[in-house]
Amino acid sequence: MTKRQNRMVFVGLLIAGAILAVTLLFQALGTNSNYFYSPTEVAQGKAPVGRSFRLGGLVTVGSFKREDLKSTFEVTDNKNKFTIQYTGILPDLFREGQGIITTGSLVDGIFVATEVLAKHDENYMPPEVADALEKAKEK
Amino acid sequence: MWKWIQAFASPQNFYQSSEKIIPWLMVPFILLSLAGLYWGLVVSPADYQQGDSVRIMFVHVPAAWMSLFVYVVMAVAGGIGLIWQIKLAFVVAKVSAPIGAAFTFLALITGSIWGKPMWGTWWAWDARLTSELILLFLYLAYMSLNNAFDNPKTANKASAILAIVGLVNIPIIYYSVEWWNSLHQGSSVSVSKVSMQIDMFIALMLISFAFKFLYGALVLMRSRDEVLVREQNSRWVRMLITGSEK
Repeated sequence: MTKRQNRMVFVGLLIAGAILAVTLLFQALGTNSNYFYSPTEVAQGKAPVGRSFRLGGLVTVGSFKREDLKSTFEVTDNKNKFTIQYTGILPDLFREGQGIITTGSLVDGIFVATEVLAKHDENYMPPEVADALEKAKEK
Repeated sequence: MWKWIQAFASPQNFYQSSEKIIPWLMVPFILLSLAGLYWGLVVSPADYQQGDSVRIMFVHVPAAWMSLFVYVVMAVAGGIGLIWQIKLAFVVAKVSAPIGAAFTFLALITGSIWGKPMWGTWWAWDARLTSELILLFLYLAYMSLNNAFDNPKTANKASAILAIVGLVNIPIIYYSVEWWNSLHQGSSVSVSKVSMQIDMFIALMLISFAFKFLYGALVLMRSRDEVLVREQNSRWVRMLITGSEK
């Protein structure tokens, strides 16, 4: 091999080594690098019940009730759902049907939240288009 | 072929020819930026959920794209320097690092400012945000390593190796929102689909291309300075500075 080919092999090994190391790292971490658990994962017992964890899903339409800063609502992934209790200010994007991520822990089957974050999706459009889409769906 | 490329990439040849290219990058940058600002702030509509806050996307997304793009350029240039021993490649890699770090910083800051009103938090340790922060640290590590050696040849090699190893972070950043549950939403723009209104997309593209041209111009300007420093003992630089051959 020429010197140049030697150096090519060196760079190739460098890249292969880095990919291998990172693959092993994420294999070991498994689902721990997920930011939140879905209601189904919690129902299957995958979430660390008894400790604080994050639960993500859609706010069930018609489930939101509020009294001053105390709010209760349901979060669902259309298979399982959990009731959330939260005291505090909700983000601007919070609404029924919206995706949210909440931090807290399960107490007697009810998720007592210390933080509620709103998720939004990758679709951006003007309000008129959103209205038109909504109408088309209703038909 | 080889000899020809090596002659073209010689420091002296580069110094002389690059001067003429810079205006051809600066002028498109300025024109595209102005068009992008107009399209982003005036023509494009407010979002159905986020209202006018969505407009921060026109800086945030192009800056984030540049943070990845510049890193790939830096690592590839480092690899070319290592394998084919082209001096200019190491120069391009070195001067790209602070520019890439600046774009990464801009992406993180604008993301934070956007995240507070929309998500309800300045920062979250989700996969996308964390891997982008690691990218910033990679740039900073590259810069410190490059400056840690007195011998420029050692500095070139060591920092190029770091850049190539760090390359593995790039697909992680890109696919983080697909591989893991994250607070950050998925990509709006990919080869197969664009999930935003057309005027928003045009504004986004105008600023993206503006940033590309800005990067090109900055790389050439900074490379010219770096070439002068590195070649300070050669005859052509001395002639350039003193105007004579003494």
